[in-house]
Amino acid sequence: MTINLSVNGKLHAIEAPGEMPLLWAIRDLVGLTGTKFGCGVNQCGACSVLLNGQLTKSCSISVSQAIEKEILTIEGTSKNLEFLRQAWSDGNVPQCGYCQSGQLIAATSLLDTTENPTDKDIDAVMSANICRCGTYTRIKKAIHQAVALKNEII
Amino acid sequence: MNTIHKIDRRDFVKLLGLATGGIVLGCSVGADQKDFIPAMDSKGFHPNVFIHLEKNGNITIIASRSEMGQGIRTSLASAIADELEADWKYISVKQAIGHEKYGNQNTDGSRSVRTQLTPMRKMGASAKMMLLAAAAKIWEIAIEDCSAKNHFVVNKKTKETLFFGDLVAEASLVSVPSDDSIQLKKVEDFNFIGKTLKSVDIKDFTHGTAAYGMDIRLPNMKFAAITRCPVAFGTVKKFNKKYAKEVAGVETIFELPRLIPPTGKFFGMFGGIAVIANNTWAALQGKTNLNIEWDLGANASFNSETFKKTLTSRVHSTGKLVPGASGNITTAFKGAAKIIEATYHVPFLAHSPMEVPNATAWFQGNTIEVWAPVQDPQTARSELSHFFEVPEENITINVTFLGGGFGRKSKSDFVVEAVAISKKINAPVQVVWTREDDLQHDFYHATSAQYLKGSIDKKGKVTGWLQRVGFPSIVSSFKPFSEYASGFELNQGFTNNPYLLENFRLENVQAEANVRIGWMRSVVHIHSGFGINSFIDELAFSAKKDPVKFHLDLLGADRVIKGKSDFPFHSKRLKNVLNKTATAADWGKKLPKNHGLGVAIHYSFYSYVATIVEVSVLNKKVKVENIWTTIDCGLALNKDNIKNQLEGAAIFGMSIALYGKISMEDGAVAQNNFYDYQMTRMQDAPNIHIDIIDAMKEPPTGVGEPGVPVIAPAICNAIFNATGERVRSLPLSDLGMV
Repeated sequence: MTINLSVNGKLHAIEAPGEMPLLWAIRDLVGLTGTKFGCGVNQCGACSVLLNGQLTKSCSISVSQAIEKEILTIEGTSKNLEFLRQAWSDGNVPQCGYCQSGQLIAATSLLDTTENPTDKDIDAVMSANICRCGTYTRIKKAIHQAVALKNEII
Repeated sequence: MNTIHKIDRRDFVKLLGLATGGIVLGCSVGADQKDFIPAMDSKGFHPNVFIHLEKNGNITIIASRSEMGQGIRTSLASAIADELEADWKYISVKQAIGHEKYGNQNTDGSRSVRTQLTPMRKMGASAKMMLLAAAAKIWEIAIEDCSAKNHFVVNKKTKETLFFGDLVAEASLVSVPSDDSIQLKKVEDFNFIGKTLKSVDIKDFTHGTAAYGMDIRLPNMKFAAITRCPVAFGTVKKFNKKYAKEVAGVETIFELPRLIPPTGKFFGMFGGIAVIANNTWAALQGKTNLNIEWDLGANASFNSETFKKTLTSRVHSTGKLVPGASGNITTAFKGAAKIIEATYHVPFLAHSPMEVPNATAWFQGNTIEVWAPVQDPQTARSELSHFFEVPEENITINVTFLGGGFGRKSKSDFVVEAVAISKKINAPVQVVWTREDDLQHDFYHATSAQYLKGSIDKKGKVTGWLQRVGFPSIVSSFKPFSEYASGFELNQGFTNNPYLLENFRLENVQAEANVRIGWMRSVVHIHSGFGINSFIDELAFSAKKDPVKFHLDLLGADRVIKGKSDFPFHSKRLKNVLNKTATAADWGKKLPKNHGLGVAIHYSFYSYVATIVEVSVLNKKVKVENIWTTIDCGLALNKDNIKNQLEGAAIFGMSIALYGKISMEDGAVAQNNFYDYQMTRMQDAPNIHIDIIDAMKEPPTGVGEPGVPVIAPAICNAIFNATGERVRSLPLSDLGMV
């Protein structure tokens, strides 16, 4: 079936069975490969996207559930995502980088919903994302740093 | 000897697709010492590293080693840029294809900086000398009157300057300096080396634009998934295409026969049933609907729990003596005040990099092109040439970013699969593994059993040390029926035990392989680090001594052990990292209730590491609160990156200690995905404190791996300190402790 997906503010018409996981529709049919496959079973968070602002593991919902919703992927932008990017860069967060798309999207969702997250708030959201390289300490620090950057500007 | 020469520009441009109009430098480096798989040695002296300087001043530096999170693209580029006196903003890094021109590209063994730093620096220094000579000619002055700084050559007398880019034409006419004329900078003059540099790839990493293997897209590319036999080396009896064919998007289904590598090299592939589709999802759907009947083969009765018992009973009887014994342990044990015995276990482990194995290939008759996340592109290339009978020069391996490697992506089985399928369907194809495929068809880190027996005298001094070890050998993946750990494996912490032991005996017991065995981050040091550090803690307790002091005493007087390598072992440096860590952790401080401290030290990849872990144990559940690690890795090339590597090693080591276990039942791996092969997550992550010893005048040694082996023993020793309960068999999750 033809499905219209709105990704990062742009409409894409794709041919896909409705039950195809959103992850594969984004990667193989829309052609945006920043959203990563890590487990396929809602365990690692590498495939995180925002769906109408909601943090969503794209491997575990079907593409039909994303119809008429706005999808934000790592290729997109938002105010909080930009603060986080800056903090990720300042803090030399990534190692292999593979999980960082999902980490950044999950952190964006955290900042979208929590103004000044505590370590506990960060743990609660970010523990859904696995980093095999083990950059958790830096991710946590960078999230605090992003909040600081944001507060400086506002 | 390193020699530098100009590379023919057309050849270079052809290899790298770079724009013309600049200087290109090549550098030959000595054949790398292969300390892992003897059969996979490289061929000798070849050009290795390249600089391309353009008229606009931009410098492209070629990264010959694979980037898998260890930051090598940034680290080695910074060494060249430093000697070249380049301005970092003009530097970009381009990944080399797999080609012998770059010397050994096998990215493992924590040796990229160790082996490449000096040649890289010479590359930069040589290029700088050519720029100086060019400027001297233009100004008609002596070279000695020119100096380079921040992308300019300066006339020392008039203070005039010339931009590097403007010197390109003149410099390309200058002859390449001889090796013995190259002078390297002094430590105190470094601009980048020993400092902190941001990753050259940070923008791509934070925008989703870094291309990993799975991100490769070719016109008309197909997607493939393979169902492999759940038991290693089993084969297909029959299968049914009907249901898989009904999946929308599935195009072709066929059997992929196993490819058996020749003895001593390569990896081959398991074979299985391949499902080809026009998208990944369809291929993955098809793969689960094949009704395959397997011939499970010889490994179908393998059970890892039974094997653990077998290995345990073997280490409890005499094994094969490993050369290097000293004194007489029998006499030592007879005269002992106390005898302490313990048996330790580490289970099979899977690498599970976040990016699963995958490869994209296009077989076109007499040429093959591959895009893949490989740690060892040259071996992949040789292997493809062997199996598909295409000359190596017609095979191009494009190395993508690796979404983690940890040793898994040194093995090119997934590349062979992609090429075999492309050949069959006559189209470009991407083979994608699922996480289940990854965990169930890995080259596993071997399981091990170790028995230790030690004696102490009345004063609490260690008088005898017997250690028996058994683990399936990596060699079994290259040579069938290799049933004993090999010398190079035992030399990872066992035979080169750093303690001063008058009466020492090491024995090796039989351990056959019933699954594919491979090397994983820090390799055999995982076993030796765990066994030795746990046992020393037990001895210290029996001797009623402080564990830190006990380690220091047992290391003995300062001594230097010259091995076969260029990196002698200095016991002083090991003691130094331990002392620093003890100070950082405030060892001996009063701890909160239910808290404990544990220590471990280990020498690996020529680096010296000490770790102290603080745990709390509440209702038998362990929480790792703090980890202090100190490393002496000689010259520290990119400090914050080293820190990041050690923080990561702490988390990696925690995953081993807390959760790491792959088990086989009836030959098949029981774990499926991250829900039953768990990883350390942010909620488990402790405060991590890393110190790097200032040893800038020492040669650089390993960084990526040496932080791992200390973590599990330090955690277990901390648990003992907190509870009095000794953990001798990993992981903690098996004991209900997490």
